[in-house]
Amino acid sequence: MNSPPILRLENLGKRYAPDRPALFEGLNLDLRQGEYVAIMGESGVGKSTLLNLLAGLDRPDGGRVLLDGIELSKLDDDAATLLRRRAIGFVFQAFHVLPYLSVSQNVALPLDLLGIPAPERGRRVGRMLQSVGIEALAARQARHLSGGEVQRVAIARALVHGPRLLLADEPTGNLDARSAAQTLALLRAQIKDNAGAGILITHSRAAADTADHILLLDSRGLTPLLPE
Amino acid sequence: MPATSATLAAWRILFLAQLRETPGRLLITLLAIALGVALGCAVFLVNAAALNEFSLASKRLVGEADVVVRGPREGFPEELFVQLARDPAVRAASPVLELQAALPGHSETLEVLGLDPFRAAALQPALMADIGADLFAMFRPDAIYLSSSAASSLHVEAGGHIEVTVGSRVKSLHVVGLLSQTTFNQPLGLMDIASAQWLFDDIGKLNRVDLQLFPGTDVEGFRADLSRRLPAGVLAIAPAVERDRAVSATRAYRVNLNMLALVSLWTGAFLVFSTQSLAVLRRRRTLALLRALGLTRAQLQSALLGEGAAIGVAGSILGVLLGAAIARLTLKILSGDVSQGHLHAAAILRNGALPMLAFFCIGTLASSAGAWLPARNAARQAPARALKSGDLDFSSTARIGWRAGLSLLSCGALLAFMPPIAGLPIFGYAAVGALLFGAVLLVPALTVTVLRALPRMGNVVLDTAIAQMRENVALSTLSLASIIVSFSLMVAMAIMVFSFRVSFENWLGKLLPADLQVRVPYENDTAFWSPDEQSALKATPGVARVEFRRTRRLLLDPAKAPVTLIARGDDPAKTAAELPLVQETPRLAQLTNPVWISESVQDLYGYRLGSRVRLPLDDKQTFTVAGVWRDYARQAGSVVMSMQTYLAAGGDRNATEASVWLDPHADPGTVEAALRTRLPDPDSIEIITSTALRERSLSIFDRAFAITYALEAIAVLIGLTGISFAASSTALARRGEFGMLRHIGMLRRQVTGILAAEAVLTSAFGVVYGLLLGTCLSLILVFVVNRQSFNWSIDLNVPVWQLSLLSVVLIAAAALTAVSSGRAATAQDAVRAVREDW
Repeated sequence: MNSPPILRLENLGKRYAPDRPALFEGLNLDLRQGEYVAIMGESGVGKSTLLNLLAGLDRPDGGRVLLDGIELSKLDDDAATLLRRRAIGFVFQAFHVLPYLSVSQNVALPLDLLGIPAPERGRRVGRMLQSVGIEALAARQARHLSGGEVQRVAIARALVHGPRLLLADEPTGNLDARSAAQTLALLRAQIKDNAGAGILITHSRAAADTADHILLLDSRGLTPLLPE
Repeated sequence: MPATSATLAAWRILFLAQLRETPGRLLITLLAIALGVALGCAVFLVNAAALNEFSLASKRLVGEADVVVRGPREGFPEELFVQLARDPAVRAASPVLELQAALPGHSETLEVLGLDPFRAAALQPALMADIGADLFAMFRPDAIYLSSSAASSLHVEAGGHIEVTVGSRVKSLHVVGLLSQTTFNQPLGLMDIASAQWLFDDIGKLNRVDLQLFPGTDVEGFRADLSRRLPAGVLAIAPAVERDRAVSATRAYRVNLNMLALVSLWTGAFLVFSTQSLAVLRRRRTLALLRALGLTRAQLQSALLGEGAAIGVAGSILGVLLGAAIARLTLKILSGDVSQGHLHAAAILRNGALPMLAFFCIGTLASSAGAWLPARNAARQAPARALKSGDLDFSSTARIGWRAGLSLLSCGALLAFMPPIAGLPIFGYAAVGALLFGAVLLVPALTVTVLRALPRMGNVVLDTAIAQMRENVALSTLSLASIIVSFSLMVAMAIMVFSFRVSFENWLGKLLPADLQVRVPYENDTAFWSPDEQSALKATPGVARVEFRRTRRLLLDPAKAPVTLIARGDDPAKTAAELPLVQETPRLAQLTNPVWISESVQDLYGYRLGSRVRLPLDDKQTFTVAGVWRDYARQAGSVVMSMQTYLAAGGDRNATEASVWLDPHADPGTVEAALRTRLPDPDSIEIITSTALRERSLSIFDRAFAITYALEAIAVLIGLTGISFAASSTALARRGEFGMLRHIGMLRRQVTGILAAEAVLTSAFGVVYGLLLGTCLSLILVFVVNRQSFNWSIDLNVPVWQLSLLSVVLIAAAALTAVSSGRAATAQDAVRAVREDW
C-alpha cells in the first residue's frame, strides 16, 4: 500500500444549488493499484453524481479529485476528455455499444480515439475479445447480440486501452441473474488483470460483494460496510 | 372505447404533443403545403379569369354568326360581301373592317371594328345593345364608340377625342359614346364601316363578313363548300374556332405554369413525408406505448395519417386564401401578359369557389399522401421492440425496389420520345415525373452500394459516420428524397433557363446588328411608312444606311393564331445571310420564291425544308421553303421572304420596321430626334438603340423567369429544411450514443464532426445525384417540353459555375445545419444522455 494512489478524493463535496443542502461533503478516498471498490447507497444519495465527478464530467463544489495526481476540476473540457480517453474506462447499465458497428469495431473505439496503429489495434482487440470470451463474435454486428454478450463487448471496450481507472455504473442492471453473475466475475477478473483500479456503483449487495471493499455513500460520507 | 374515438384520442394526444414540442417544424411543413396550393390556385384563378374574359369577348364579337369569313388585314373587295349576302342559304350578312389601330404615343394598339350598325344589330345584338337610340351618332364621319376599358386606358370620356395613326399621319376621332363594362370588358372601338374605310384609307375594302344562315342549313357543309369558292387568303371559319384561337394561343404557358405549381405542391408533400417519418422515429416509444395500451394497428395508422391531414387542411386553407390574394394582385398589376393588359381583378372570384375547394382537397390529399408511408411503417412496428430500445425499422422504405426504379427510368426515357398531344408536351411531363420518381426509388439501393464501396478511412470520426449511415441507409434516404427532388428540378430549370438565355442572347446579337431599331407600334394594321417617307428617313443626317422591313399578319389556318410575314433584305441571298438559320438549303440560287419559315411554322403547319407552300398573298404563285430560322419573338410563327419576292407576289412598298446604321461619329440621340422630324407625327414611331433594346429584352427575359428561380429556390429551401429536420431529429435520437462517445474520450468537436461528416456525405450524394438527374431532366425540358410547348429550339448550355457554387453552398448549409443540431445534442449533459434509456 505504499504506491501512490491512482485516485484520491480530498474533502469532496457537491450541492446542486447554493440554497440547497449539500448532496455530500467531506468525502475522502484513496484508491491504489489493483483495488476494486463497490459503492452502495440509497437512490438519490449521489452515487451517479460521484461517478461524474470521478470521471471529470462534473465539477465539485468543494474539495478535489486527483487522478494519478492530476486535479480534474482544473482541466478544461478538452483536457478532461483527453484524460478520460487515456485513463478511464466506462461500463454503463444500458451498455451503449454502437449497434451499427461490429463487435471488434466497438471494442476498438478507444484505441481508434488514441490513434493506435491498425496492427497493434487488431492485436489488442483480439486479445481483449478472447479474454472476455467473445472472440467468435468479433465480426458480428452489435445489434444482433444478446444482453449478456453486449455487456461483455462493453467491458472489453472499457478495458482494451488499459485504463488506470474503471468506472462501472450498475453494469448488471439490465441482465438476468446468471448473466449478471458471469459479468461481475468477468469485470473483477479484468480489473485485476488489465486496469489500475475499479469502482463499481450498484444497488445490489450481491454485486457489491464481488468487490474488494464496499463503501456506503450517505449524508455522513463514505463509510466502509462490513461483509454480511 | 369505440374505434373512432380511440383513433381521435390518439390523434389528439400525438398531434397536440407535436404541436407543443415542434411548432416551428410543423409551421414550415404547413407553409410548404400552403405555398404549393397557393401557386396552383393562383395560376388557375388567373388563367380562369383570363379565359373567361377571352371567351366573353369572343362571344360578343362573333355574336349570332354561323360562319365568319375572314381575309387578310389588307382586305378583299366589297363585291365578295355582295356575293355572300346573295347566297340563298344566307339569312343575314354583316360586313366588317377589323383593324388594330396604331395610337400615337402608345405602344399598344386599339382594336377597331367598322360595322354596318343595322346589320350588326341583328348579328351582334349584345355588342350593339348600348348604342340603341344613339345609333345615328355613329354615322358621323369621325365618330367612334369606345368600350369603357378602352376609354379608361386612353384617359378619355364621351365627347372627347382620340387620335389614331394612319400611315404616318395622325387622325382625330370623336368619342360619341361608351359601351358599358358589361357589354364589352376589353378595349374596343366601334365605328360605322363607311367611316372606318374612309378613315383608314380602305375604301371599298372589307376583311371580315359575318354570316347567319337560314334555319335548317347544314352549317358545316355550307362552310366547307364556301371555303372552296373563296379567293386565296380568305377563309370561312366556324365561330367556335374563332373563339378558341385566343385561348389556345396561351395554353402552353398555362400548362407550364400549372406544372410549376405542381412541383411546389409535390415538394411540400415530400416535406410532410420527411417530417412525419422523423416524427414517428422520435416518438417510437410513445407510439409503442399506445399500441401496448390497446390501440390497434389501423387506429394508430389512422391517427398518424390524421396528423398529415391536419397539416394539409391548415396548409390548404392558408394556400387557397393566399392563392386568391396572389391572383387578385397579379391580375391587378401584371395583367398585361395574359390579355393585353385589360383584365379585371374582380373576375377572380367569379366561379372561383369550386376550383378553390378543389385546390383545398388537392393540398389535403398531397399532405395525407406524404404522411401515409410513415404512418404505415409506424403501425407495422412490433411494440415490444420499440418499447425496449433501438431505432425504428424503416426497412420497408428501404426495400422499395430498385426494379420499380429502373422500370420507371426506362419508362421515362421512352416517354421523352413521344410526340405532343394537342400541342402540349404531356408525355414530356410524364417523362420528367417518371424519371424523378424512378431516380428517388433507386436512392436506397445506390446509397448502399456507394457506402459499401467506401473503404475505412482510418479516422474514427469518418469511419463512425460512414458506419452509421451504412446501417441507417433508409433514414438517409428520407432526408435525401426531398433535396434530390427539389435540387434536381432546380438544376433542370437552371440549365433550361440558362440555355434559353444564351440562345436568346445569341439570337438578339444576330438580329440586331444595326445601331438603331425603328418601328411603328407592334402588330398594328394602320401605321406604316410610304416609299417617300422611307426615302426621307434614309436621307436623315447622321444615317449611313437603313434597311426597311415590311411585316403583315397572315392567317394560314383559322384554328391557329395568324403568322407574321416579314419581307426583308433586297434579295434572297441577303435575306438568308441576315437570319439565324437552324436549317438551310445549299441550293438557294436555284429556288423560285424562296421563303424561310420559323420553327413554329415548321412544327405547327408541318412545312419542311424544300416544301412548296401557298401563302394568302398571291394565289397564282407557290413559295419554296429555303430554310428554317429561329424566331423567339413570334410564337405563332413567321415567314420571311426577300423584298424582291414580296413585291413579285403583289406586296406593297410600304414599310413598318427599319434597322438604322449611323455615320461613325453620329450621336444616336440627335439622329433619333432627326428621324422623328422626318415624319408627319413624331410620336408615331418607336426608336430605340440596339443596345438598349437588347438590354430591355434581356431584362424582360430575366423578369419573366425570376418567378421560376424564386419558386425553385423555395423548393430547395424546403429540401434543405428536410435535411435539417432529419439532422436535428437523428441528433436527438442519438443522444445516448453521443453521450457514450463523450464518456470514452471523444471530444465534443469530434462528435459534431461525425454529424457534419454524415451531413456532408449525405448532401454531397444528394447534390451529385441531383446534378446528374437534373441534367437528364434538363435534356427533356430543353429538347422535349420547350420545343413541344413553344415550338422553338434552344441550344443546350450548362451554367457550370453557378451550379458548382450552388452545390457547394448546399453542402455547406447541410453541414452547418448538422453541426448546429449536433451542438444542441452534445451541449446536453453527456451523463444524462447515457442514462435516458434507464
